[in-house]
Amino acid sequence: MKTLAIAVLWGLTFAAAHAAEPGRTPLPAIAIEKPGQCVEPKDVMRRDHMKLLKHQRDKTMHQGIRTKPHSLNECISCHASQKTGSVTGDGGFCQSCHDYAAVKLDCWDCHQPKPGQKAATGVRP
Amino acid sequence: MSDNNSTSRRGFLATSAAALAGLTLAPGIRLVEIAAAKPDNEPVTSKVRWGMLIDTTRCQSGCTECVSACGKENGLGEVTKPRTDAQWIRKIDLKDLKSGHALSLPMMCQHCAHPPCVDVCPTGASFKRADGIVLVDRHICIGCRYCMMACPYKARSFVHEPHTDQNPEVPRGQGCVESCTLCVHRVDRGGTPACVEACAAAGHNAMLFGDLNDPESAIAKRVREVKTTQVRADLKLDLGVRYEGI
Repeated sequence: MKTLAIAVLWGLTFAAAHAAEPGRTPLPAIAIEKPGQCVEPKDVMRRDHMKLLKHQRDKTMHQGIRTKPHSLNECISCHASQKTGSVTGDGGFCQSCHDYAAVKLDCWDCHQPKPGQKAATGVRP
Repeated sequence: MSDNNSTSRRGFLATSAAALAGLTLAPGIRLVEIAAAKPDNEPVTSKVRWGMLIDTTRCQSGCTECVSACGKENGLGEVTKPRTDAQWIRKIDLKDLKSGHALSLPMMCQHCAHPPCVDVCPTGASFKRADGIVLVDRHICIGCRYCMMACPYKARSFVHEPHTDQNPEVPRGQGCVESCTLCVHRVDRGGTPACVEACAAAGHNAMLFGDLNDPESAIAKRVREVKTTQVRADLKLDLGVRYEGI
């Protein structure tokens, strides 16, 4: 019995040591270029950002409520990469995590992934 | 979305309340202040009915300032393929062949109080906001184009091609139906539609935007003073866009 307990303990220690080892578990590359306080705590944002966005989207669309904290445009203006100016593309804040989780993003079929007003020039060539 | 425009007891009470709210105690002092700029965190209400009055006697034939301002504001770009490119507002020249009387006017979504596009929409994507602005919720739109067939004003367009350079405040993309939003993103912040602004900047002042429910607003006063026309008034859709001089 004592031997079994030691074996289990040893096994757990081994597993824990390997999980902590860098490079063994693939992780998304999340670049936060503007460190600071997000509109909600990190774990809430990681788990529930889609719910917050969807709730805000319906309020904006149907009731004209245009408050900033949970609006997609505010997410973009803070999280857009300084290099590409976008939240999409290689290493983009939204895309890197969604590629990792294999969750398709269709926001950008209609929404602009770059912050700020842009002069429109028509359709994609 | 509930229909709050049926001529019911509730509708009558709402109208009476709106009329009462417009009563003035003394010059400049109202019983209830209405149609003030809406705070960002408050939903739109049916106390406001956004509308537009177009004076066709001032609208110039050949001038397309409103059309290009709309294209720029909403990211529509130049219309190069008129059969398929989105047109939220278009200029129309009319001529009475017998008398030779000609006039020019912009035609766009008329923001009906009883919109046929909303009646036919199978998913609920086409809807009317409480303040009378008729919109398409692209998150729900499946692109069936039934609303395009139902609209008597040919106001809606289908987006055939993918887009990448949208105005961040006006998301639009392939596979959905869209139309004039009365520049809802500007109106919600106390602004006026881009076409109205462009028409005034060009010095024509043919377009007047405002709250039809506020008896003190310029548009309500004008509508009260002169004869205005609703296009296809026989359909009894109670339009938000009215024309003068047709």
